[in-house]
Amino acid sequence: MSTEGLTTSAYIKHHLQNLTCSIQEGHFHCAHTAEEAKAMGFWAFNVDTLLVSLLLGLVFLFLFNRVAKHISADVPSGMQNFVEWVVEFIDSSVRGSFTGRSALVAPLALSIFAWIFLMNLMDLVPIDYISLITQPMGIGHFKLVPTTDPNATIGMAIGVFLLVLFYSIKVKGLGGFVGELTLQPFGKFGLPVNLFLEGVNLIAKPVSLALRLFGNMYAGEMIFILIALMGASWVSFSFASTLLFSSQIILSLGWAIFHILIVTLQAFIFMTLTIVYLDMAHQEHH
Amino acid sequence: MNINATLIGQTIMFALFVWFCMKFVWPPIMAALDARNKRIADGLAAAERGKNDLALAAKRSAELLREAKEKVSEIIALGDKRASEIVEEAKAQAKIESDRIITAAKAEVEQEVFRAKEQLRTQVSAIALAGAGKILGREIDAKAHNDLLDKLVAEI
Repeated sequence: MSTEGLTTSAYIKHHLQNLTCSIQEGHFHCAHTAEEAKAMGFWAFNVDTLLVSLLLGLVFLFLFNRVAKHISADVPSGMQNFVEWVVEFIDSSVRGSFTGRSALVAPLALSIFAWIFLMNLMDLVPIDYISLITQPMGIGHFKLVPTTDPNATIGMAIGVFLLVLFYSIKVKGLGGFVGELTLQPFGKFGLPVNLFLEGVNLIAKPVSLALRLFGNMYAGEMIFILIALMGASWVSFSFASTLLFSSQIILSLGWAIFHILIVTLQAFIFMTLTIVYLDMAHQEHH
Repeated sequence: MNINATLIGQTIMFALFVWFCMKFVWPPIMAALDARNKRIADGLAAAERGKNDLALAAKRSAELLREAKEKVSEIIALGDKRASEIVEEAKAQAKIESDRIITAAKAEVEQEVFRAKEQLRTQVSAIALAGAGKILGREIDAKAHNDLLDKLVAEI
């Protein structure tokens, strides 16, 4: 909540600032302001993003691995039921979009879906609650939603992009892949144009993956912050303040419910696009 | 919102998660699901087989029942026939027996008649002798007139 002297823009900035840390002159040091974080350059880490995404990934893998260890073909119950439901859903999605046979694509899709879903889900934690824990620990900034950090989404998109490159070259050969980049759609005499078009086409894949997810989650987070501001502008038991405060409750409830859809949808979109891109990488002509 | 080395960390983490999922999560779950699919398919096939078997058994039992009924009616017909045969036989035997009894009775009656006639004849001859004796007033020598008497007896 807003404290005395904290302006609206400072409140928003505070919530959009990652816990960026780096090792400077042998000391582990975390940035207090956005400018300081920027000054750290590339070799800094958003500790909050790394920590939360690591934890969530481990939660996913722990749960699924525990079920996988004790799984049986008998009548499933409880957690196994849920896991099987998710796995079958992913499997049918992969079967629907991916025409080739690969041992990687389905588990990849499951990892993407579950991980992104959990990371997005952190958006539903009320935005000021996390600082109730981190503030006493002396941590100034802590963003709970890793997918509102472009590093997380771009990181994943790079992973997918590398797989696309790997499979393109593996299936078509280096020559085939380069040929695909340079010799269509206009034949060998339109080589520069071809390279430009196909290059854009290729680069667009990770960029669209990363920015779509980041943009959606960032915008969602921003709306949560703005809704939270309504109650934060409390001054007294005046009519306006009370109205704003009750609006915050209703709006944040509504947005949270709507966000359940977005959380799932964005995870699903990232997964489906990954499958489709890998499918394209496996095909000769696209 | 700076792009920094978090990117590299996230990519590595992503790769590790996918690797782990591919190694330890997906295959056992998929194997179990496939096993269950197979089991369900087998179960359904078995159920189908059972249904077919049941239909066959029902058909077979109906056939058996029909055969049994046929046999039963055959046996009943045979029994009926045999019964009437026995009755016929009994009737025939009874007829023979009754004929025999009648014949025996007739013979006996004839004998009795014959014996009575003999007796009567003897008595008549005695009466005739007595009557003649009285008429003649003297005793007739039975021996002398025996021939005559026997002739008379024969005539009667």
